[in-house]
Amino acid sequence: MFRFVITRLSQLIPTFLGITILAFAFIRLLPGDPVTLLAGERGVTPERHAELMSQFGFDKPIWQQYFLYVADILQGDLGNSLVTRRPVLQEFFTLFPATLELSFCAIVFAIVLGLPAGVIAAVKRGSWFDHSLMGVALTGYSMPIFWWALILIILFSTPPLSWTPVSGRIDILYFFDQPTGFMLIDSLLSGEKGAFTSALRHLILPTIALGTIPLAVIARQTRSAMLEVLSEDYVRTARAKGLAPWRVVGLHALRNALIPVITVIGLSVGVLLAGAILTETIFAWPGIGKWMVDSIFRRDYPSVQGGLLLIAGIVMIVNLSVDLMYGLINPRIRHRR
Amino acid sequence: MHKKFSTTALGLIMAMSVSLAAEAKTLVFCSEGSPEGFNPSLYTAGTTFDASSRQVFNKLVEFTTGTTNIEPGLAESWDVSEDGLEYTFHLRQGVKWQTTEGFTPSREFNADDVVYSFARQWDKNHPYHGVSGGSYEYFNGMSMPDLIKDIVKVDDYTVKFVLNRPEAPMIANLAMDFASILSAEYADKMMEAGTPEKVDLEPVGTGPFQLVAYQKDAVIRFKAHPDYWRGKAAIDNLIFAITPDASVRYQKLKAGECHVMPYPNPADLDAMKADADINLMQQEGLNVGYLAYNTQKAPFDNPAVRKALNMAINKEAIIDAVFQGAGKVAKNPIPPTIWSYNETTVDDAYNPEAAKALLAEAGVTDLKTSVWAMPVQRPYNPNARRMAELIQADWKAVGVDAEIVSFEWGEYLERSKDVNRDGAVLLGWTGDNGDPDNFLAVLLGCDAVGGANRAQWCYQPFEDLIQEAKTVSDHDKRAELYKKAQIVFKEQAPWATIAHSVVFKPVRKEVKNFKIDPFGGHVFYGVDIE
Repeated sequence: MFRFVITRLSQLIPTFLGITILAFAFIRLLPGDPVTLLAGERGVTPERHAELMSQFGFDKPIWQQYFLYVADILQGDLGNSLVTRRPVLQEFFTLFPATLELSFCAIVFAIVLGLPAGVIAAVKRGSWFDHSLMGVALTGYSMPIFWWALILIILFSTPPLSWTPVSGRIDILYFFDQPTGFMLIDSLLSGEKGAFTSALRHLILPTIALGTIPLAVIARQTRSAMLEVLSEDYVRTARAKGLAPWRVVGLHALRNALIPVITVIGLSVGVLLAGAILTETIFAWPGIGKWMVDSIFRRDYPSVQGGLLLIAGIVMIVNLSVDLMYGLINPRIRHRR
Repeated sequence: MHKKFSTTALGLIMAMSVSLAAEAKTLVFCSEGSPEGFNPSLYTAGTTFDASSRQVFNKLVEFTTGTTNIEPGLAESWDVSEDGLEYTFHLRQGVKWQTTEGFTPSREFNADDVVYSFARQWDKNHPYHGVSGGSYEYFNGMSMPDLIKDIVKVDDYTVKFVLNRPEAPMIANLAMDFASILSAEYADKMMEAGTPEKVDLEPVGTGPFQLVAYQKDAVIRFKAHPDYWRGKAAIDNLIFAITPDASVRYQKLKAGECHVMPYPNPADLDAMKADADINLMQQEGLNVGYLAYNTQKAPFDNPAVRKALNMAINKEAIIDAVFQGAGKVAKNPIPPTIWSYNETTVDDAYNPEAAKALLAEAGVTDLKTSVWAMPVQRPYNPNARRMAELIQADWKAVGVDAEIVSFEWGEYLERSKDVNRDGAVLLGWTGDNGDPDNFLAVLLGCDAVGGANRAQWCYQPFEDLIQEAKTVSDHDKRAELYKKAQIVFKEQAPWATIAHSVVFKPVRKEVKNFKIDPFGGHVFYGVDIE
């Protein structure tokens, strides 16, 4: 197991190097440069343009820029944003907890609803529940997030219902220290009356909006994996032994069906981070999705490069953990190499 | 930005109870994005100015809220020398700086602050020049480095600006956001402490509101400056709830989560008009959207051809289809909210038949050209692609074949500057200082050919008028010259003037005395809630 982890970790190095090249090239392949975009219609003189480009170090040969960039990364420096002039790393980690909190809630929402729904649909295959669930899942999967989010807001946040707040992370009147950056935790720590409830209420709609697609995917995947497993011999044997139906389904079948489901959950982390961009924009959620989009539009090279690198790193770590989890769930898969 | 604020020190905002609202008045503005920072001289975005210069700082002279007129700010009065080269400002006494968590002022505002605020941008050797990236695009963009010869502190309450050449728009320039006055004492303290960039992140101004806390992409909190020299603001707390999506801003306004919102979706306007809780305010924007011919290339070097093409364009149809009513047909190159706007000029009326005849007369047949469509949405042109299609169809009707071209925004701006460029370019301008010079000289002057003058138009009679207007300081005489310049512009038609936008500002009914700022900003001093 230990060797497996080491091998996997060492495989991350070339991947990581590849990502630095991609991140570096991607933003530079987009036409337009940060200085021209900053100036807009107003324009800058060619001399001033050259002066600013050299101030940012963009006048150096491209290979030199790349090596300087990699050298800085190795020292843990992702550079400063061209727009705010603040360190990229600092900006990222100020905003990241918000994204993490939202993504975590969305994935929990998707698993808590998706798993049982998929299992029930598989067990009651062909029933009205199965049909309607699969119909809803397909709809959920194909719904554009920005549209779905707006529908949720219009339905639940404005009169006559007004059940949930429209946007933000907490009611604007609460004002306290945020040592962790996770609003649910910070609101509890603050000790302010009603703060936690407010934070929770603000999470409801964004969680649903962001969690809908993973929910649909998980429900469908669970259903098909369960159907496959339920027709296996050992399930029949278990049934024949006279085990209680819930034990057959819940322990023998589900455990084996979980492998592909876990894979899907792992992969949806990437999907979640992509969906977070739209969800965060709509719900005015101060996370990294919105920040990345702004940075791309402004050609804020250091922010885009740094952001891509960090996000890619997170996705890689999640995938690694998923691989490790296989072994924990299914004893038949053991990593000894 | 992560800042530590103790709950108790600033714990005026505890709960959302009604009783509390009666004690402290809080106004929530659903702003559209995060500011780049809090020093307006470093940046160019309106979003940044809303969060800094328009609430926290004052300028020597200021625009009267809701107009483009100039009124005294931190300077009580000023004199201009006979030759127009010396501007002497007599500063206001008894102006108090804000006391913040990081700074307690020991003195009132004086001439040192004025000198510091400009020297930082102007003098490359100033210790603060390079702080926070040190690029001062507006200061540079308004040609201040060439213009200013010297800035002299005459005494504690008198400052003199010496110019290299007479420049009548100087006073209007000093009312702009980049000319905000920062505290020299605060700057010195931060320099000593080794944290000069704090000046730009935790601002200290003389303005009506002071910054309490900022969380990127989430919220900006201000409170009223208790000793503001014009008198404490009617609202106690001002909160910017950053909400990037226009439809969501409207939902928040409806739900009462904010009081004022900028930039509504045109599609939501009808519903806003019908909403009893919302007061939909409107005003013409300080901008112009135009189509610039390349007047150096045949056959567009012939004014008759340009006029004929202008006559072929159905501008009313563009207002309906592209602006969805949120625009007005433009006939002059400056918007009607700017002084010296010439009411008497006559627009090239829509008349395809006459256009055809005029083209035939000029000997132009089978003309093939292109229309450039910007890839981005701007206030003066919400959908350039659609606008280009309408112009293409209109021109087709008079026998002109136009192809629509577009580039990425940065590329578009670069390529359209080229003197040898082919085709007519859709673009526009939003005024900086409310001075006609800011449109007529910047966009149509001879110096700007190959730059912001996309028509590549250098016409001596026009140039003489706008150059003279720069050197005269008498307001009425300047207005006279600009009115004449607009007549010359109309005769020569280097552009098809398309539209001025109409700015809509949805405000909740309980908000009193909010005024639309012609510069597109949001000013909350003077605003009250019931």
